[in-house]
Amino acid sequence: MEHVIDFKNVYKEFDGVDVLSNINLYIKQNEFMTLLGPSGCGKTTMLRIIGGFEEPTGGNVLLFGENIKGVPPYKRRVNTVFQRYALFPHLNVFENIAFGLKLKKTEKSVIKKRVEDMLKLVGLKNYGDRDVSRLSGGQQQRIAIARALVNEPEVLLLDEPLGALDLKFRQGMQLELKRMQKSLGITFVYVTHDQEEALTMSDAIAVMDEGVIQQVGTPEQIYNEPRNSFVADFIGESNIIDGIMKADYLVHFAGNDFKCLDRGFNENEPVRVVVRPEDIEITRGIKDGMITGTVTSTLFMGVHYEIRLDGKNGFEWLVHSTDQFQIGEEVGFILEPNDIHVMEASSYDNVRIDDMEAV
Amino acid sequence: MARFFKQFYLAIILIFMYLPIGALILFSFNESKSMATWTGFSTHWYEQLFHDPIIAEALWVTISVALLSALIATVIGTFAVIGMDSLRKKTKGVVLNLTYVPMVNADIVMGISLLLLFIFLNIPRGYWTMLLAHITFNIPYVIFSVLPKMRQMDRSTYEAALDMGAKPSEAVRKVVFPQIMPGIVTGFILAFTMSFDDFMISFFTTQGTTQNLSIYIYSMARVGINPMINALSAIMFVVVIVLLIVVNVRSTKKPKRTLQREY
Repeated sequence: MEHVIDFKNVYKEFDGVDVLSNINLYIKQNEFMTLLGPSGCGKTTMLRIIGGFEEPTGGNVLLFGENIKGVPPYKRRVNTVFQRYALFPHLNVFENIAFGLKLKKTEKSVIKKRVEDMLKLVGLKNYGDRDVSRLSGGQQQRIAIARALVNEPEVLLLDEPLGALDLKFRQGMQLELKRMQKSLGITFVYVTHDQEEALTMSDAIAVMDEGVIQQVGTPEQIYNEPRNSFVADFIGESNIIDGIMKADYLVHFAGNDFKCLDRGFNENEPVRVVVRPEDIEITRGIKDGMITGTVTSTLFMGVHYEIRLDGKNGFEWLVHSTDQFQIGEEVGFILEPNDIHVMEASSYDNVRIDDMEAV
Repeated sequence: MARFFKQFYLAIILIFMYLPIGALILFSFNESKSMATWTGFSTHWYEQLFHDPIIAEALWVTISVALLSALIATVIGTFAVIGMDSLRKKTKGVVLNLTYVPMVNADIVMGISLLLLFIFLNIPRGYWTMLLAHITFNIPYVIFSVLPKMRQMDRSTYEAALDMGAKPSEAVRKVVFPQIMPGIVTGFILAFTMSFDDFMISFFTTQGTTQNLSIYIYSMARVGINPMINALSAIMFVVVIVLLIVVNVRSTKKPKRTLQREY
């Protein structure tokens, strides 16, 4: 599939501080790509580089294969939905949405029709002559999306567009955005620090930290096969344990050898092992070969209990269980090979997993 | 008792501040030429005022200088604020403080330094030097009126305009200006007021026949107190106070459109 955006060895510094270092990333046509990471990781800077509000210090960014260095924002076929919407407070809803079309000297009747179509798309029909400052956060957000989409961009950039909305509304909007992206066939580049949001909506996720892309892949790949402990930790909760790769399909950690599904490491290579808390099933009936521990805390989370175990070797396990356990109880669990994911002790990676598999 | 003293205290302050002006306005309506005894109500001095050709000339100078200097200072000051907005924080702080100095600087220092400058540059003093001087001291007032509006503005609205396809000049015209317009208008009125009642700087930057109302009042007062001065001063006071009230009402008003509509 065609690459819509290509970052090639892009780096960016502000006042001598590296904000992005050696970014290589491509985004495919009609893809929902999420840049995910904690604040200050450089994700918004990447978005602003695509939008034309920042220039990279080095490297190239290609839009449809053309270098966009020096091309001002108003000449790029991309539109942005800004973090706090950035609606024009002196214009009403209709005028806000029509802003881009009026600049292009579009015919009045065409503007009217397209703005009305957009209002219908975002579910705010008949809101045209309202004052934007009198709309709720969710409505303003829809207007911001409509204002960007009416220009028929080939790429839509969204900078934490749901950050200011409350949880319930946010989930509704996630589905709606995804639906819009599918039905309009536009490439979305979406910036967020919310991993759940990223997993729900994206076709691909680029996990970032400290200006470096840590891993790129589908939500499933990112969740199930995190490349390093940052990704594992950032995407959902996890137990990360230092271990040693004894041989292919055999890893040693927490005082035991475990069968696993990973191979290709050197013999006795130090590795990190990720075990997701929901993959651990604890029981009171302790048997041989089980990892055992004492319950030190339990927290009711609604769907499950979040339980902490004090295990041997001083390791604290995080476990999700639908059963209730008492503090002080001795419990045990077995780890099956597919509960265990082995990562290199440290690895930064700019390559998409699907490319790796093709090699 | 405490309440009484509180109000008494306030009253004393207000009387202290407004008694002289009150007396001035009162005696501008006095029938006789006396400045000490009230002999009866008359608008005689006001009528005389409007038939004095020198005063008419001075009024024209005052108003035209006030309008022109306010207008030019508003243009310069507004663009200065827009330009300053993209400066780094440190540089911006320095520039702002430099701008602030002429506002707190003594008028006489400003007046004399402008006088020396014009003499040094061999520019004959008159209407145009006064206008230049007024533009100079008006710019900071405009900057400090527009700046808060610029700070209130969501900067990303400018970027949003570029994003929608506006050239930078279009974005400034269609998105930035409308949002800072209240500050621009306030700055203009404030600049007009400052120019309108300025004496010190005008006095030092003009000579001979060019005089505004303040200079005229001063020269009349040197010859001998004439109740016409009272009338003229009273009019100036009223103009200035009205403009300042307008400025204050504007700056305490809600920033957004206050249109109340029911949905």
